[in-house]
This record gives sequence, structure tokens and C-alpha cells, in this order.
Amino acid sequence: MLDDFMTRAALAGIGTGLAAAPLGCFVVWRRMAYFGDATAHAAILGVALSLALSLPVFVGTLVVALTMATIVAVISGRGYAMDTLLGVMAHSALAFGLVGVTFLDGVRIDLMAYLFGDILSVSRADLGVVWGGALLVLALIGWRWSALLTSTLNPDLARAAGIDPKREQLVLTLALAVVVAVAIKVVGVLLITALLIIPAATVRPFAATPERMGVMAALVAMVSAWAGLHASYALDTPTGPTIVCVTALLFSLSTVASSLRRSA
Amino acid sequence: MTQSLVTARNLSVRHGETTVLHHVNLHVDPGEIVTIVGPNGSGKSTLIAALLGGVRPATGGVERARGLRIGYVPQRLVLDPTLPMTVERFLGLPRRIPAARAREALERAGVPDIGGRQMAALSGGQFQRALLARAILEEPQLLILDEATAGLDQPGSAAFYRRIEEVRRETGCGVLMISHDLHVVMSASDRVICLNGHVCCEGTPEVVAAAPDYRRLFGAGTRGALALYRHHHDHGHDHPHHHHHHDHPQDAAE
Repeated sequence: MLDDFMTRAALAGIGTGLAAAPLGCFVVWRRMAYFGDATAHAAILGVALSLALSLPVFVGTLVVALTMATIVAVISGRGYAMDTLLGVMAHSALAFGLVGVTFLDGVRIDLMAYLFGDILSVSRADLGVVWGGALLVLALIGWRWSALLTSTLNPDLARAAGIDPKREQLVLTLALAVVVAVAIKVVGVLLITALLIIPAATVRPFAATPERMGVMAALVAMVSAWAGLHASYALDTPTGPTIVCVTALLFSLSTVASSLRRSA
Repeated sequence: MTQSLVTARNLSVRHGETTVLHHVNLHVDPGEIVTIVGPNGSGKSTLIAALLGGVRPATGGVERARGLRIGYVPQRLVLDPTLPMTVERFLGLPRRIPAARAREALERAGVPDIGGRQMAALSGGQFQRALLARAILEEPQLLILDEATAGLDQPGSAAFYRRIEEVRRETGCGVLMISHDLHVVMSASDRVICLNGHVCCEGTPEVVAAAPDYRRLFGAGTRGALALYRHHHDHGHDHPHHHHHHDHPQDAAE
């Protein structure tokens, strides 16, 4: 079954969506969209480092994403606004990564594959990484769910209940780094944030509780991955962007449907 | 000697260059209602944050009783509009509770029918009651209220504080609150702490109201509050409501 590249691609897309969408809910609730973008952009430096050191791409991107998040956490609150810091870090890392890969002799790499993803070339080993990472992220979020929600609501409320909001922030940062490392093969660094945010935003009008929003977002992401893959096959379009186009269409439908419902 | 629930010793807090709290000493014992009053920017909310462990002290420290269960009602809880949250789900944060317990808690808070509603759709009074219902759900030993009645009208806040007194009577918990409502402060507190970066005076409501530091901060209008306090005490504590409309300026507290 896994011999078929379409099957592997579908499984990779579904796995990525399954992990990205519930995490994306927290990204939306906590207004961390720019943080997600920054982590994803910095991952290109991770790609360059991995290739230079002959490490798996997954490892390099994970290390760079975590390092960036840590540096931002340490130097934030010292005179620069968070978005300024993130912009500096993310685009510096992206630029150094783009410049860095040109120094690598003997390695001819297709940067486009990392910027926009290359889901059709997913190997069995890649599939293992995607699903391993996805299950890790789901387990992490599931384990910390209530604590994460409480500290998202209000940090002091969390502290009064014996929860350390800083630790929960760290959990999210870690999960985000894993999702970026996983999704880079599927949609590429430029579109990862779309996979995080758009499914969550799509289901918001129809969810009454945070849990339902997480589950519905995961469903939307998985359906989009599957439908986008087949649409790109039929239309001969790049797969990563086509998947994001499907989520965007679903978002438009959801917006129209919810405004109709409200005016009815 | 009873052990205090929470104790601040020689607590100072700096925000950058400015020192917000200077060498504050404070303790709350089981069963007592302690109120912090003070003008805007006097460090009241910073003090609460420090007691909850969210602010690193520059000097001194905070000591909590071992395993202390805290119920906290924040001054404002802003829900991001992207976060769906029913009242029932909110009550179960961070620990899930059975639906029956949620219903019972809401009934006790006087808002029995709002369990299925979205937090964002509640009125100000319902929202505060939902916050209080959640705070007392796990039978806290210490209840911390940071201007919990901001945005409520006077009958609403009077009812809210009556509920706090009931909770204290039923569970014997200690209560630490910040309030701008001097009527309430004077009639419902066992001890008042007047804060202005440092503790400028403290004691029973009558002692504090008579203190020169307090008069300087809050002006003469507060004598009305004290009069009301005495008046209420003459009638005993059972009066459920303000029968007489006292028209003295509440903005003395602002």
C-alpha cells in the first residue's frame, strides 16, 4: 500500500494536519500567528545546517526552531516589542539560511522543495518522521490540555491553580518546533502557518467549547490535505499550495455560512 | 497561634527602574476578611500578583501555607473572541468536574441557568458570578479578589459581597480583596490595609478610617462611609440590602 506515492503523500498530509490543527487553535487563541511564522522561516537555517553537517533535516530544523524560541523568550521585554524581535530573528535566520546553502559544495539542493514543500516525494522514512512527530505533538497537547487552556485564559488564574504559565508556554514552543520540522516536507516553510491557523479559524463559528474546536479543526485539516492532494493531481498544480487553497476555500464557506446564520 | 495562609515579609517589587512596592509586610489568617485599599498606581494589583507567584520580588518574599488551595477572581478576564468557552467548561478548568457539580455551583452563585451559555455572551454581573463560582468550587482556603465588583452596579456589588461573607461563614476560608467600594470595605472587612507603594496604615476599618494617612489619600468623603458602617452595625448584620439611599460621593475612592 505504501508503495504508491499518492498514498504516502495522503498519509503525510493527513498526519501533518492532525497535529497542526489542534496546536493551531492555541496559536489562534494566544495570538501567536507571527511566532509560528517566525519559527517556520527560521527553519530554513536549520535546513542549511542539516545539509552542511549531514544531519537529518528534521533534527536541524527542530534545533534551530527551539533555539530561536529560546532566544526570543530570553531577550523579550528588554525594550523591543515581541513582533520586532521575532521579525529580526526570523528573517535573519531565513537570510543566513539562504546564503548558507550556497556555500555548500557538491550539494545541489532544490530550495523550492523546502520553501513550498514536496509532498509527492515523501519516502517511507519521511512518513515515519511525520507520524512520529504528529503523535508526539498530539500526546503533548493532550497531556497539558487543561493547563494550557487555563494559562491561555489568564496567567494569574493559572498560577492560583498551581500551574506555571511559563512552563506551558515552553510546551507550546516545543510542539510548534516539532510541527514545523514535520510540515516542512509537506507544505514548506512559507505555508506552515496557514496549516496552523486556517483550519482553526474555519471552525471557530461552529464550536461551543475549546475541545470541539480542536477536533473540528483537525478534521478540516485532514480533509483539506486529502482533497488538496487529489485536486493538485487532477489540475497538475503544486501540492502544498493547493492544500492551503482548499483550507482557504473552506474558510470562506464557513465565514459566509456563519454570517448567514447570524442574520437569519 | 494559628498559621497564616499567606505571608509577605519585607516584600519589595521593582518594575524596571521604579519600585512599585516598598518593604510590604502582610498576612492573611484563616477565616478573616482583609481588604487592601489604595489609590490607582499604589501597587495593589502588583501585590496580588506577587502573592500568586507571578512577580519576582526585589527584596523579601512570599510564604504560602503548604498545599494552600487558592481561589482567585481577577479584576478583568478578557476572553479572546476566537476562544469558545461555555460557562460549564470554564468551571471545569483546570480540573474537569461532573455536570451536576457545575450546576450546583451556579445555583449557589445565584445564576442557575447559564451553564450552557458562552462566557462572552454573559452580562457583567453574570460573568463575575461565574468567576466567583469557579473560584469557590474547589473549596479554597484562601479567596483572592482583585476588584471583583468593578463594573457592577451598587446592588449587584452589595449582593456579590454578601455572597463572599456567606462563603467565608460556610467554609471558614480567608479572604483577601482589593476594593474601591469604600462602603463595602468598611462594612465587610475584619482588617483594612491602606497601600500606597508601602503600607501606610492598617487595622480595623474604624482605626484605618481615622488614620491621618488614610484621610489624606481618600479625603473627607470617606467619613460618610464610616458613618454608614456604624449605621449598619447599629442595625446588626442581617440587613440584606441598603434600605436607605446614601447619596454621598462614591468617587472619593477613585
